[in-house]
Amino acid sequence: MKTKILAIAAGAAISMVAAQAASAATLDDIKKKGHVQCGVSQGLAGFSNPDDKGNWTGMDVDVCRALGAAIFGDATKAKYTALSAKERFTALQSGEVDLLSRNTTWTATRDTALGLNFAGVNYYDGQGFMVRKSLGVTSALQLAGAAICTNTGTTTELNVADGFRADKRRYEVVAFEKADEVVQAYDKGRCDVYTTDASGLYSQRLKLANADDHIVLPEIISKEPLGPVVRQGDDQWFNLVKWTMYLMLNAEELGVTSKNVDEMKSSGNPAVKRILGVEGNFGENLGVGNDWGYNIIKQVGNYGEVFDANVGPDTPLGIARGVNALWSKGGIQYAPPIR
Amino acid sequence: MAGQSKIEAYIRTEMAPTMPPPASTVGIVGWMRANLFSDWINTVLTLIGMYLVYITLQTVIDWAFIRAVWTGEDNKACLDKEVGFHVGACWAFVGSKFSQFVYGRYPLEERWRVDITFLVGAVGLAWMIIENAPYRKWVAIFMLALFPLMALILLTGGNFELSSGSWKAFSLLSIIALVGVAFVGVRAQTKGSDFDLSTALMIPAAILAYIFLAYFLVDFDFGMAPVETSQWGGLLVTLVVAITGIVASLPIGILLALGRRSEMPVVRMASVIFIEFWRGVPLITVLFMSSVMLPLFLPEGVNFDKLLRCLIGVALFSAAYMAEVVRGGLQAIPKGQYEGAMALGLPFWKMMGLIVLPQALKLVIPGIVNTFIGLFKDTTLVLIIGLFDLLGIIQLNVTADAKWFAPSVHNTGYVFAGLSFWIFCFGMSRYSIYMENKLHTGHKR
Repeated sequence: MKTKILAIAAGAAISMVAAQAASAATLDDIKKKGHVQCGVSQGLAGFSNPDDKGNWTGMDVDVCRALGAAIFGDATKAKYTALSAKERFTALQSGEVDLLSRNTTWTATRDTALGLNFAGVNYYDGQGFMVRKSLGVTSALQLAGAAICTNTGTTTELNVADGFRADKRRYEVVAFEKADEVVQAYDKGRCDVYTTDASGLYSQRLKLANADDHIVLPEIISKEPLGPVVRQGDDQWFNLVKWTMYLMLNAEELGVTSKNVDEMKSSGNPAVKRILGVEGNFGENLGVGNDWGYNIIKQVGNYGEVFDANVGPDTPLGIARGVNALWSKGGIQYAPPIR
Repeated sequence: MAGQSKIEAYIRTEMAPTMPPPASTVGIVGWMRANLFSDWINTVLTLIGMYLVYITLQTVIDWAFIRAVWTGEDNKACLDKEVGFHVGACWAFVGSKFSQFVYGRYPLEERWRVDITFLVGAVGLAWMIIENAPYRKWVAIFMLALFPLMALILLTGGNFELSSGSWKAFSLLSIIALVGVAFVGVRAQTKGSDFDLSTALMIPAAILAYIFLAYFLVDFDFGMAPVETSQWGGLLVTLVVAITGIVASLPIGILLALGRRSEMPVVRMASVIFIEFWRGVPLITVLFMSSVMLPLFLPEGVNFDKLLRCLIGVALFSAAYMAEVVRGGLQAIPKGQYEGAMALGLPFWKMMGLIVLPQALKLVIPGIVNTFIGLFKDTTLVLIIGLFDLLGIIQLNVTADAKWFAPSVHNTGYVFAGLSFWIFCFGMSRYSIYMENKLHTGHKR
C-alpha cells in the first residue's frame, strides 16, 4: 500500500519535474563526463544480462554501446545503472541516466504524459502463450476455462482480460510477483498456460524441467514495441539515439557487418560510403564525428549481428527474426535512409 | 559356640568388589534407554523422529552430492536430457559464477583491493572477539577509527578531489568549535567549578584531528583506479550494507534511547519523533524513497551515490529499532542503581557509562543481536533499488543468464544464497550466546 501511494506521489512529482528536468544539452554533458550513463533492466536474458565476467551484454545494452562508439569511438564508454520497473522513469527524469534502454514498451501514455520520447524500436515483442504439448492445444483460441499463470501488475494481465472477455471465454488468472515464481508454478502444474512477452517465453522455457514438452502457441495478443527512451525536449540527443538505431538497420540492409566494414570503406556504393562517413557529414550534423557509423559497425555490429549475437537462433534463447526481420525480408524493421 | 562359628562363616570379612553397572544402563546403550526408549510413547516418537531424519538426510545427500554436477561450462552440464539423469545440485554453476557472487562486477584487476579489505576486516574482527588476545584495545581503536577509512579508500579508490572551499569551511568550523569549548571552559572555571579545561579540550581536539586525517586521506591520490559503487555487488555489497548498518545503529540507537528517557523536553521529543518516524515506515519505502524520490528533490546534476543513500537509510532505520531495544534494557535497571550512582556524585555521562549502560546492554544482548540478524537479512531488499547484493546477484544470474538456464541451476542458486546467509547469521547468534555466558552475573537461571 505504502509503495503504491509512493508510486502515485512519484508519478505526480515526475510530471511536475519533467518539464524542468529536460536539460537542453545531454550530449554536451555526456562528452564532458566521458561516458553514456545507461539505464538497463535488472536482468532479462538476451536484453541486459551479465556475462561470465559480470559485464553487461544484450540487445538493450548494445544500444548503449553503439552510442558510446558513436560519440567517443569507443563502445566501452558506456556505464550501466540497473533499474527496477518502478524507478526507471524517475531515473531518466532526474538525469540519473541519459538514456533508458530497458525493454520498455512504447505506449501513448508513456510517450506523452511522462515527458519522455521513444527514440525507436529495437525489438518488436508481443504477448504469447505457452502450453504443455500433452494438452493437445494448437491455438490460443482453444483456451477456454484455462488457468493462466502470469506476473502481477503488468500489462500482460490486462491483455489476457481483454482477449478473453472479448469472446466471453472463462479463464482463471494465477498471478505471481516474479517471473521465476511464475515459471515454477507453471512447471509444477498449477496452471495450464503460461503467458508473457514472447521473447520472455522462449527464455523461460529453458528453465522448465522438460523444455521439449512445451510449445509456444502462434498467436500474439498484444503489441509490445520495445525501444530506448530519452527525455523530452532535447532534440539533438533524441536525434543521435534515433539515427544510431537507424544506422545499424541501414548497415544490415546494405550488407555492412563488423567483419567486412574495413573493406566496405572502399566500396563504390554511395549509400555505404555515406553510412561509413566516407562521404557527407551526417555525423557532424548529429554532433559527433563523421566516422560514427564506422565505429558503431566496427565495434558493435549491424542490427542483424546484434540480434543474432544476443537472442538469435544460435544463442540459448533461439528466437527467430520473425517480425524483427528487415522490411525487405518480410519483417517490419524499416529505417529511413541516411542521405 | 559352635552356632556362632557357623554364623561367622556367613559374615564377610572384606568388602565385595564393586561390580560394573549393568551393561544396559551405561554407555551409549544406557543413554539411549534412558532418553530415547524409556517407555513405549518415547520409543514410538524416537522411531518416527529417526525415520524423518533418515528421509531428510537421504534427500539432502542425494540432491547435494550423489546427483550433483560439479564441473561444467554451461547449462549443458546440468540439463537432465544432456547428462542422462535427474540432476540434483548444479555446483558447476556456483563454481563458474563464484567470483561474481563475491565481488559483483568489481573490475577483475582491482579485486585485490576487496580481498585486502575482507582480510583486514576478518583478522581485526577475530582479534577483537577473541578474549586474551594481546593489544585488543588498540586493534579495536584501529577497527573503529581507521578501518572504515581504509575500506572506503580501498574500495572506491579514494582521491575524492574535495574542493578547497570545503577545506576552508571545515577549518573555520573546527576553529570555532575549539574556541567555543575553550570559552565555555574558561567561564566554568571562573565560576569556580572543577571543570578541567585541558581534558575538555582533548576530546574535541582528537575528534577534529581525526576528521582532518580522514579529510586528508580521502582527498589524497593513492594512484588507485576509481571503482564506482554501481560496479560493486554480491557479498561485498551485503557486507558493506550490513556492517555499516550494524556499526552505526548501536551508538545512534543508544543515544536515541537515552534521549527518549531524557527529562529535557526538546531532546525527548526529537528522539520520539525520530524513532517513531523511522519505525513507522517499512524499509522498502525508505529505500524506495532514497533512490526514487530523493533525486527529484535535489537540484539537477546533484547526484548522491546510490549506495551511500541506501547506507544512510539503512543506518537510520536500524538505529530506530536499536533505540527501542536499548530502552528496554534501560527500563529494566532498578531506580536504585541511578540513585546510587548519583549519590556517589557521578555526573550524567559517567553514571550512564559506568553504572547503567553496562548492565542495560548486557541484559539486551539477545535483542541487539536479533536486530543485527534482522538487519543482515534485510540487506537483500536493496535489490529493489538496483543494487545487487548477494541474493540479488545470484538471482540476476539465475534469471537472466541464458547460458545457464536449467531447473537445477535455479534451485542450486537459491540454496547457495540461503546457505551463505545462514552461515553469517548463525555465526552472529553463536557469538551472542558466548557473550551472554561470559557476562552472566547473577541473572542466569
